[in-house]
Amino acid sequence: MAYQLLGKDFTPPDIQAKVTGRAKYAEDVRAEGMVFARLLTSPVPHGRINNIDASAALATEGVIGVLTADDEGADGLLTNEPKHVGDLILAVAAVDETTAQDAIDKIVIDIEPLDFVVDPLDSLYPGGPSAWADGNNIGGGRTGLEPRRVKWTAQDFAAVEEGQLPFGEAAWEWSYGDIEEGLADASFVIDESFVSQGNSHHSMEPRTTMAYWENGKCVVHSGCQSLTATLPSLARQCGVELEDLVYINEYCGGGFGSKGTVTHGGIAARLSKKINRPVMLRISRHEEFYIGSARGTLQGRVRLGFRADGRIMAIDFQVVQDGGANGGFQDSGDAAAALSIIYQPLSMRYRGIPVRTNTTPRGPQRGPGQNQIAAAVEPFIDQAARELGLDRFEIRKINAPDNEARMGGNQVPVTSAYMPEALERGAELFDWENKRQLSRTRNGSKVYGVGIGQAYHDVGRRGYDGLVVLTPDGKLHLHSGVGNLGTYSYAGTTRAAAELLKCDWDNCIVHQGTNMRFLPNASTQTGSNTCWTMVRTNVVAAWDAIAKLKEIAAMDLGGDPEDYEIGEHRVFQKDNSDQGLTYAQAAQRAIELGGKFSGETPPEDLHQTTKIAVEGLAGTGLVGVAKDNLPMEGDVPALACGFAGVEVDLETGEVELLDYVGVADCGTVIHPQGLSQQMKGGTVWGIGMALFERQIYDPQNGLPGNIGFEQCKPPGYLDVPSTMAWDAVDLPDPQNPVGTRGIGEPPQGAAAAAIVCAISDALDGHLFKRTPIVPDMIINHTAGREPSNGVLQIHTA
Amino acid sequence: MSKDMMRAFELYQPDSVDNAVELLDRFGSESWALAGGNDTLDWFKDRAKFASSVVDLSGIEALRGIRETDDGIEIGALTSLTDIETSVLIQERYSVLSDAARRVASPQIRNTGTIGGNVCQDARCWYYRYGVDCYRAGGTTCYADTPEGQNREHCLWGADRCVAVSPSDTAPALVVLDAEMVIQNAEGERVVSAEEFFIGPEVDIERMTVLEPGDLLTAIRIPNDWAGAQFYFEKVADRNSWDFALVNIASAMVLEGGTIARIRMAAGAVECVPRRLNVVEEVVTGSAPDEATAALAGQAAVRGAAPLNYNHFKIPLLENLVKRAIRG
Repeated sequence: MAYQLLGKDFTPPDIQAKVTGRAKYAEDVRAEGMVFARLLTSPVPHGRINNIDASAALATEGVIGVLTADDEGADGLLTNEPKHVGDLILAVAAVDETTAQDAIDKIVIDIEPLDFVVDPLDSLYPGGPSAWADGNNIGGGRTGLEPRRVKWTAQDFAAVEEGQLPFGEAAWEWSYGDIEEGLADASFVIDESFVSQGNSHHSMEPRTTMAYWENGKCVVHSGCQSLTATLPSLARQCGVELEDLVYINEYCGGGFGSKGTVTHGGIAARLSKKINRPVMLRISRHEEFYIGSARGTLQGRVRLGFRADGRIMAIDFQVVQDGGANGGFQDSGDAAAALSIIYQPLSMRYRGIPVRTNTTPRGPQRGPGQNQIAAAVEPFIDQAARELGLDRFEIRKINAPDNEARMGGNQVPVTSAYMPEALERGAELFDWENKRQLSRTRNGSKVYGVGIGQAYHDVGRRGYDGLVVLTPDGKLHLHSGVGNLGTYSYAGTTRAAAELLKCDWDNCIVHQGTNMRFLPNASTQTGSNTCWTMVRTNVVAAWDAIAKLKEIAAMDLGGDPEDYEIGEHRVFQKDNSDQGLTYAQAAQRAIELGGKFSGETPPEDLHQTTKIAVEGLAGTGLVGVAKDNLPMEGDVPALACGFAGVEVDLETGEVELLDYVGVADCGTVIHPQGLSQQMKGGTVWGIGMALFERQIYDPQNGLPGNIGFEQCKPPGYLDVPSTMAWDAVDLPDPQNPVGTRGIGEPPQGAAAAAIVCAISDALDGHLFKRTPIVPDMIINHTAGREPSNGVLQIHTA
Repeated sequence: MSKDMMRAFELYQPDSVDNAVELLDRFGSESWALAGGNDTLDWFKDRAKFASSVVDLSGIEALRGIRETDDGIEIGALTSLTDIETSVLIQERYSVLSDAARRVASPQIRNTGTIGGNVCQDARCWYYRYGVDCYRAGGTTCYADTPEGQNREHCLWGADRCVAVSPSDTAPALVVLDAEMVIQNAEGERVVSAEEFFIGPEVDIERMTVLEPGDLLTAIRIPNDWAGAQFYFEKVADRNSWDFALVNIASAMVLEGGTIARIRMAAGAVECVPRRLNVVEEVVTGSAPDEATAALAGQAAVRGAAPLNYNHFKIPLLENLVKRAIRG
């Protein structure tokens, strides 16, 4: 379908401010009487605070106040039982940050050290330490599990061979089909244990918050991926009702899962209330590593059974997930879902358990679970291809998900899937046929290898609200509750409403950035769902506006609403286009008519956030507002594949990525430049996952070894190719009115997997069974030395 | 630990070497010479180290520049790594140094980082940098040299209560060029060889160089002895952008009649000081720089290496880099 706006690049309204430096982030905000807060963080991995003596700090000139977990509403934001190095104990407010930090140095804390653990398997062993003093070692966080204590038996550990993942009681499990029969009937079975490292978040903007109180309302400035979706939880943190919260979040310097909601804003708000001064809580880079959350580390084992033609008969997947100090996210279940959809196994069993450790809290990070498992399992597919004498491209195609694909234990359908088409497109662009012939060719000490990777993420939700207003000046106001997380989806999704209302983009005004601008309830900008989800809300809002335009026209000009059409900012009779109203005239009439037309009587099923917004806009024009009640049947997948060519230096262990092609299956492309950014950015992340990024903990002292970019090693611009090719299948999803789906997450997993497979290819099929693949692993392999790390060892360099 | 906030200090901005030396002498152990700041400000922000009097050298023009002398060149200690990387004079005569400078950190850091700062930077052991009370920090333990210590980046030789390594990329190059380090203090000027400039924990566990409070490295002199030799520099690191060497290698070789007449070779990141590979030099002198010589050199280079739990890969890596240096 030919669109006027969708599928075309545009200049997002905020871009000028960003490139000229006029954009004000939370850290740039100042208010009269503002003071600065600093945090005292835990020096120990686990302890109990018996006493805090802040008297000397409070007596210091310039110090205004201290907030601890014992203050009203602060428990949960601050703690008396720090569970990881860097956990937040208290905040000090002073006239400047140096004074606050000097005061913190004067605070005497009596911390009783408690048992700690950094490896989940140590916590699961009988009698092993638990990360929390209550003894519960699983649950909480965002696992959806009630906290409880789980210890496996010594027999569980003894039942496996050295280097194989043991397994006992699972917290999550599902299965379908008969996996034992599938494995028994298989022509080839691979059984491997593996490790994928956790990665810290590296958002350029730390999670700084500035908060103050004014006329009974709490005003919070804080960068966050989402906007209206964070309001209820932020209101709870601050201790106010939703209507008494003013949240300002015009710009967010990246989040990638670590800022799905405002996580620490309540500290500034509570401290501000206590001392009655505006409080700036600037989070430093170090603190960001402590509290910014990290990707969950996985220790897994997978048994894959293949038919002679490469079709996967059975997958048996069991995984232990490092849940960090908070309990973690749902990486392992997401990993299982990814395996089920990418390979469409005829039978599958999944068992997983998230285990609390005294390491940094774990949360979602770009393709949580799905991207780790892509890099872990794709090399095993290559191994099967080698054993079965199949081409690595063909073995993927025979298993690839299409529109008949099913996912997970319940084998739910997908809204659409075009992985075979994506693989074909990638193979063509990469020139797979010719490049695979170059595998293992030598160039001095360097060996060439090629690899393919595939990844998935679920990207659709429903039930959120859309809101547009036509005003008497003829403008279309697009109210977006979407956070400005750097993808420009806050504006890109509103273009669906403008498209349906046939408005020139120059006549549209996007409202975003603060709930003071009357924004509807939106999904969180996480999990790449915004595109699919919030396009639907804009569409239903536009449909509502169109219906009201036609109703008003019919009222004023006669006939029935269905006799009318819209175009060129007018609503007019289909058989006599001269008979009509401009949008400006219709908007004026809506104000005069009142009721549903101008927002005085909004639909009952709207979210409270949207009701507040519509109340604020009532009487300003023709209000199109609706909840997305469109059908949603099945999982909405984002799929991507990648093709990589690498050179591995056998003498130095260095890997150079020479060629890369990524292809997205994300439905109809609605913003090519935005998609390009996601594909390339995701690829860079994939390079980091495959080759560089790590999370180190000293097991003896519970100390984090990575509290800066230097130790975490995200790829820099000297570590990535100057050009990375990409394309998209561009076939519509039938359950989105304009056919689009999201794509942010899987380009990373596809790239990481393709690179790992290419390295394995260069090294005659050697499987490292861990990421990242760093020089010492390659050097030890080529020198015939044992690897430094044990098979299941985590948190190592 | 998680401070990220500097303490207030007195900042002095002298405009001459004499003034700087006078300030450093006046404040002694309470003073700190500030060059590019890439190392200094990390320590200060972490509050792991502190000096009440910071002497900012950036206003002293005499400390900058690359000058020809009767016997070679003299490089001011405040000369940026970018200037060394791009100096035609250095590229033509001592390319091992320009090549080494080119592999330091990132272009942005090389623009602000100085040659003096690069050779004087402190140990990069992550435990030490974290601020723990290890031997090097005046404590009574080493966190890295333990059964479970994360010591992938640490030493193969010279462990003495501390297993940190020399982090500099330019240091091995200066050692092979037989450079001289010019040091001034209130007593006057003294000159030490690059090889003697760097010290291990057995000499002083809290310092990486011979510099003591009150001392200022003012210049580095490179004699003509190795000008125009056949040079080799290679650094292996995890990343190309801002990373420290897992191992680096520098060599200067003079061939006569197809055989190695003279050679100096040094490796970084395997010991607390740049490791002069005297044995290799002895083994290969008089031989053709062929594969057989390279293999012998590689074996000689790693004799006596004592790896820790996570760094035994440095043995084949060093062996390979030495071979590559011989092969050119």
